[in-house]
Amino acid sequence: MGMTITEKILARHAGQATVAPGQNVWADIDVLMTHDVCGPGTIGAFKEHFGPDAKVRDPDRVVIIPDHYIFTADAKAHRNIQILREFVAEQGLRHYYDPDFVQGEGMPDPYADPEQTSYQGVCHTVLPERGHTRPGEVLLGTDSHTCTAGAFGEFATGIGNTEAGFVLGTGKLWFKVPATMRFVLEGPMPPYLMAKDLILRIIGDIGVAGAAYRAMEFVGSTIAGMNVEERMTLCNMAVEAGAKNGVVPADEVTIDYVRARTDLPFEPVGSDADAEYLSEHRYDVAGAEPVVAQPHAPDRVALVKDIAGTKLDRAYIGSCTGGKMVDFEAAARVLSGRTVQIDTFCVPANTRVDAELSRRTHDGKTLRQILLDAGCQVAPASCGACLGGPDDTFGRANSAIKVISTTNRNFPGRMGSLDAEVFLASPLTAAASAVTGAITDPRDLLK
Amino acid sequence: MDAVIRGQAYVVGDDVDTDQIIPAKHLVYNDADPAERKIFGRHALSGLPEGRRGLPGGHVDFIDQTDEANTRSAFAIVVAGANFGCGSSREHAPLALAMAGVRAVVAQSYARIFYRNSVNGGFLIPYETPVRLIDAIQTGDEVELRTETNRLINATRATEYELLSLGDVAPIVEAGGIFAYARQAGML
Repeated sequence: MGMTITEKILARHAGQATVAPGQNVWADIDVLMTHDVCGPGTIGAFKEHFGPDAKVRDPDRVVIIPDHYIFTADAKAHRNIQILREFVAEQGLRHYYDPDFVQGEGMPDPYADPEQTSYQGVCHTVLPERGHTRPGEVLLGTDSHTCTAGAFGEFATGIGNTEAGFVLGTGKLWFKVPATMRFVLEGPMPPYLMAKDLILRIIGDIGVAGAAYRAMEFVGSTIAGMNVEERMTLCNMAVEAGAKNGVVPADEVTIDYVRARTDLPFEPVGSDADAEYLSEHRYDVAGAEPVVAQPHAPDRVALVKDIAGTKLDRAYIGSCTGGKMVDFEAAARVLSGRTVQIDTFCVPANTRVDAELSRRTHDGKTLRQILLDAGCQVAPASCGACLGGPDDTFGRANSAIKVISTTNRNFPGRMGSLDAEVFLASPLTAAASAVTGAITDPRDLLK
Repeated sequence: MDAVIRGQAYVVGDDVDTDQIIPAKHLVYNDADPAERKIFGRHALSGLPEGRRGLPGGHVDFIDQTDEANTRSAFAIVVAGANFGCGSSREHAPLALAMAGVRAVVAQSYARIFYRNSVNGGFLIPYETPVRLIDAIQTGDEVELRTETNRLINATRATEYELLSLGDVAPIVEAGGIFAYARQAGML
């Protein structure tokens, strides 16, 4: 009997010919990523158990990407960066993207030029851009949205600090092989629809624990026609359905992207034709409509048109889920020549996106100009208010406001105040809603 | 692993995510520093909306907030519904509960990263039950977990329930976490 892509990758990394769902394996890890919030704890666990002078097993497989609490005056957030810097220096780690402008006390001045700083931004969008995501590999990160990297045909999942400390010293970790749920998405993407709508639809259908302990495999003609960033959005929210990992088997689109960013060898694998799946879910995308996840859970999904007119106080466009180039291009399409009725906070996911906002154009204007002319506020790249953060975080929801956001979770308090209400949506829907000040179907504004 | 774990139960609902277990703004403390680790205990479950704090009635704080120095809870056992610990991978979630004195969680089901973190970090024992216990146990009930026979006894209501066996993770839980387990197994 054949294996799914997830089973094959784990088998290969466990040195076994075959594995089956439910089996526990020890897998060799290709890449371990951590960031500013979990890095210190990971380093602490590593030193506690391997000794204060221990060296990481393979420095080339460690990637440290500060991104969570960067633009804040919080002294402890600054301290986290210091701890990372010391560890990087002590261990001689090459793959570290330092926010060099975080020095001393107070709110740091942002980078003057996004292309002249070692800082990169949101880890899940930086990993692929810096060539750390490769088909067929096992990538772990101390962050739930590490599953984003599954878009590159690898096994990628989030882990905790103690486990990450273990991986730093041993290069291995145990996993229970997940059964795979197959999601077949067929048909062309309508211009008013984005991958965010598709993954919200799926989470709405199966629930926040519908894929618990499962692999979610995304295939079909819609996927084949999707660019890398949209595939990332899909895999990014697999964890919101409780999945262990999300995966898009590598194809030419993936390989072209990865080859342009790394010379390291890799060996893609795919699911066997006779692989066994726990379940199969088919979606006819041509007939799909824009959706929103209502407060306070990612599975409280409704058609935008059914709750259109709900008044909003704020729009937020950013994060690994909705702050990439494809997301800002979509938002700009809607915002071009229009102005927003509500406070609209835009946070590019990384410094490359930040730079591109000033270069890429639509209707003769740069995307940044479109956002600014529309009345949006644009911040430097980081995770921003996706997870609330310290009180002085740009875009943090500090009171009982209604926010439409391109981010990934909306449990109570996610963006700050317990009383804030967060609606999750695609950048097209978020931008359209910013223009009217109420939940709005992007079809109304896209002619 | 102790044969018996006794304590008062604190009952919460379904889909209690990591932001409710330990709000993100507290993640600035360094969990590698013993003094700062304790602070996580003070904020454990502080993200629960008022009406969901301590079912069935709600409005019961997990930690008495009147004393600023207090980091420990009166409740040693958390009883939860489905999908406990969903959301982030932050290990601070089971850590905060452990720092507050929680020895075990008894949930209908778990989100996987929280479950792994609890096991690998040795923070608390994550028991599962086939029965929806949040309908049968109330916050404040005196509860006893018998780890060798996988039974939960509600001393307050004189009721008894079966817990699912820890299964594959039992050796790691018994060792006290992944490092202890790996040492025992000769991996380290």
